[in-house]
Amino acid sequence: MCTYQTETVAVQGSGKGVATWFPVTTATVYFDHPQHASAEHTLNVDFLNPERGPSARVAVELTAASARALAEAILASLPRD
Amino acid sequence: MPHVADALTAETIRIAGHDGDEIRAYLAQPTGDGPFGGVVVIHHMPGWDRWSKEVTRTFAAAGYLAICPNLHDREGKGAGPDDSAAAVRAAGGVPDGRLVGDVEAAARHLRSLPSSNGKLGVIGYCSGGRQTFLAACKLPFDAAVDCYGAGVVGTPPPQAPFRWEPLIGLSPDLSCPLLGLFGAEDRFPSPEHVAELDAELTRLGKVHEFHSYEGAGHAFFCVDRPSYRVEAALDGWARIWEWFGRHLNS
Repeated sequence: MCTYQTETVAVQGSGKGVATWFPVTTATVYFDHPQHASAEHTLNVDFLNPERGPSARVAVELTAASARALAEAILASLPRD
Repeated sequence: MPHVADALTAETIRIAGHDGDEIRAYLAQPTGDGPFGGVVVIHHMPGWDRWSKEVTRTFAAAGYLAICPNLHDREGKGAGPDDSAAAVRAAGGVPDGRLVGDVEAAARHLRSLPSSNGKLGVIGYCSGGRQTFLAACKLPFDAAVDCYGAGVVGTPPPQAPFRWEPLIGLSPDLSCPLLGLFGAEDRFPSPEHVAELDAELTRLGKVHEFHSYEGAGHAFFCVDRPSYRVEAALDGWARIWEWFGRHLNS
């Protein structure tokens, strides 16, 4: 399937691309076909800086199970407010 | 397949797309004087990638002039197909009006080639399947093939940022016979979506032929993805050759 569904989040931080680190301003999240991972569908996250062009991207494609585990790990790692 | 020489040339060219924007297109031509039918290949959502170019060359090897415009060239700015596709997704997708303009430019280029027989088909995969239906309703073609295009029927999910609307209302304007190839396990388009379009085209008396493959989902033609289903793809290719052979070579 192509879900076409995309969650877009404004973020602040940095990501390391092919060449170097760059500030990331946008994250897009979608469950769809991967470009590379060996799964029919993956949870895909793109960390982007659109002002620096399309190559300013850090991309990950995770199976649904590993994406859930990662999300829980992120929440568990963050200090509680 | 009508062509026996199995020889071709392929190259990236630049064409004036929608609004005169210069975009790149991959052009593959069989060797020989022709006359040859032409096929506009609309690439899938992952972009103007190696597989899409391989498909374009496959049509040339079979005796068709084939062109695949890079629908992501504006956002891509020379980046790789995956980064370009991500940029397009983040920007909200390819606008329908721009798609029609780019496909029209690609079709015009094929018709201008001295070896053209004047007949043109259009084929697209994934998002390109929907765009094939759109192009075939907005532009004059002699045959079309929609490979698992979502969004022809049904409304997009509420959180979808894409600016597309359902196209089924354009069905009276469908300019040519339509072959549809779908996976029975696909959700976008679902079997219900396919059945609804089938019924509407039948009601309108539009020439069409739909096939849905059991055991196949979305993107079953893509040989470089786990979604590839060899039986569905082989049968699908056979039907494509028959369809274009009937409508573009006669």
